[in-house]
Amino acid sequence: MGKTMSEKILARAAGVTEAAAGDILWVNVDKAMMDDILGPRVEIAEKMKEIKDEIWNKEQVVIISDHYTPPASIKQAEIVKFTRDWAAEHGVEHYYESIGPCHQIMVEYGHVLPGKIVLGTDSHTCMGGALGAFATGVGSTEMLGVLVTGKTWLRVPETIQVQWQGQLPDGVMAKDMSLKTIGTIGHAGATYKTVEYNGEAITALSLDERMAITNMAVEMGAKAGLMAPDQKVIEYLQSRNIAGGYELLESDAGASYCATYDFKAGDLLPMVACPHEVDNVREIVNIPGIAIQQAYLGSCTGGRYSDLEAAARILKGRKVKRGVRMLVSPASQDTWIRASRAGILAELAEAGATILAPTCGVCVGLHSGLLADGEVCLSATNRNFVGRMGSKNASIYLGSPMAVAASAITGSITDPREFL
Amino acid sequence: MDNTIRGRVLKYGDNINTDIISPPQYMELDIAEAAKYAMSAIDPDFSTKVQEGDILVAGANLGSGSSRETSPLTLKYLKVGAIVAKSFARIFYRNSINLGIPVIECGEADKIQDQDVIEINLEQGIIVNVTRSESYVCSKIPPHILALVNEGGLVPYLKKII
Repeated sequence: MGKTMSEKILARAAGVTEAAAGDILWVNVDKAMMDDILGPRVEIAEKMKEIKDEIWNKEQVVIISDHYTPPASIKQAEIVKFTRDWAAEHGVEHYYESIGPCHQIMVEYGHVLPGKIVLGTDSHTCMGGALGAFATGVGSTEMLGVLVTGKTWLRVPETIQVQWQGQLPDGVMAKDMSLKTIGTIGHAGATYKTVEYNGEAITALSLDERMAITNMAVEMGAKAGLMAPDQKVIEYLQSRNIAGGYELLESDAGASYCATYDFKAGDLLPMVACPHEVDNVREIVNIPGIAIQQAYLGSCTGGRYSDLEAAARILKGRKVKRGVRMLVSPASQDTWIRASRAGILAELAEAGATILAPTCGVCVGLHSGLLADGEVCLSATNRNFVGRMGSKNASIYLGSPMAVAASAITGSITDPREFL
Repeated sequence: MDNTIRGRVLKYGDNINTDIISPPQYMELDIAEAAKYAMSAIDPDFSTKVQEGDILVAGANLGSGSSRETSPLTLKYLKVGAIVAKSFARIFYRNSINLGIPVIECGEADKIQDQDVIEINLEQGIIVNVTRSESYVCSKIPPHILALVNEGGLVPYLKKII
């Protein structure tokens, strides 16, 4: 019988010839990632001293300060300092600071490779599935176990197949595919499972866009969101001079899926997730006239180069409406530089947007753009939970980078196709 | 640890996510300070009314969202004795186990009301509602996981095996 990607990757990592959904395996972890907010400072530093204050393999550990950068308070600065010092004391050379959200940095620096196991102390670690890695979020104590042993136990998940056929219309983005999928499957519809995305509309996407989809697999409760690694993945890795040593594993034709969903990209309209759940999804044309005070373009979900480019296409030569603050945080320093050289950041700034550092700060309400009581934000990020971006009496809608740009111009949630 | 847990219930609904349990704005604070804001988006009084040994009971999809261990850690700090829900988000469930907090799935969690007193038998998979003289079937914690919980979580367990 055919095997799923999850079964193949987990079997390889466990050193067994074959695995099936439901098996519990002890797997060797290829890369273990910690961020600043949930890294060494939470349980790990203190408890590791009690066990064995030494990392199993320093080369396989990555630490990224991204949530509290740049720090907005002394406490935040202390956390970043602690994280940096801890990395140095434990000989972790893969330490990055202030260059963008961890998931993007993991990909850009070659820490996420096809066929590998990547664990991170952040739930959106599943983004790495766009490169064909089995990547998933874990808690801090779980990470502590990985740091001292290099292993953890994982249950091989069942797989839900999500097929996107056809071609996306202009003005509709990968983010809309992501929201439509989540709205259909539900915010707990894939709990404990892998969601595997395939079909010609997925294959047609750039790696940038694919990551906007796998990033949000956890918003359905999924353990992983996978896409078969193809030539585009190989070309991306080569373009960044990331060496081989990886295996392109994909599901067999006869693999067993616990459910299959079929979507038609050609019929898709621009979507938003309404407060306060990510699966509360509507087509923008069906929710007219929702005024916004903040438009946010950024994060590991919506701040990549192609996102900034798509937003600039709409905002170029136009103006952000008075009374709306539009904030832009490129997904990494590299993205920032490329978008700057291409004139994209200047176009966004000329339209009235504020260009921020690459950071997690706005998305999770830590700094750089919190919401007041009663304010409404349309955000290109991944979560709209109550209180996430500031006041618990604020409202967050999630949409595509193009929808964010269009809405910043009109001051209310707007179908971006009006500006094409 | 005795494999029966008895306590007063604090009851909440569906989709109590990690941003509610552990609001991001307060995560830079020490746990003692941050704990004051636990659940504050939906129940500002939570941290003052919760008492040692209380059992948090919720509906479906408890703990969805972030991998932040500060969520179960805060509940542990506030001395919540056990967590019961109709269903759990994956990472929250695993984090709770790793911290030694008993987490129990119960399809009939809706029948349990705020302030009820319940008694959970972890090995038999039964919850007795002492207040309402009812009993419900709940998930059993598998013996090897129960050993981990009884040990006090993953850290004490690792200390033994390393």
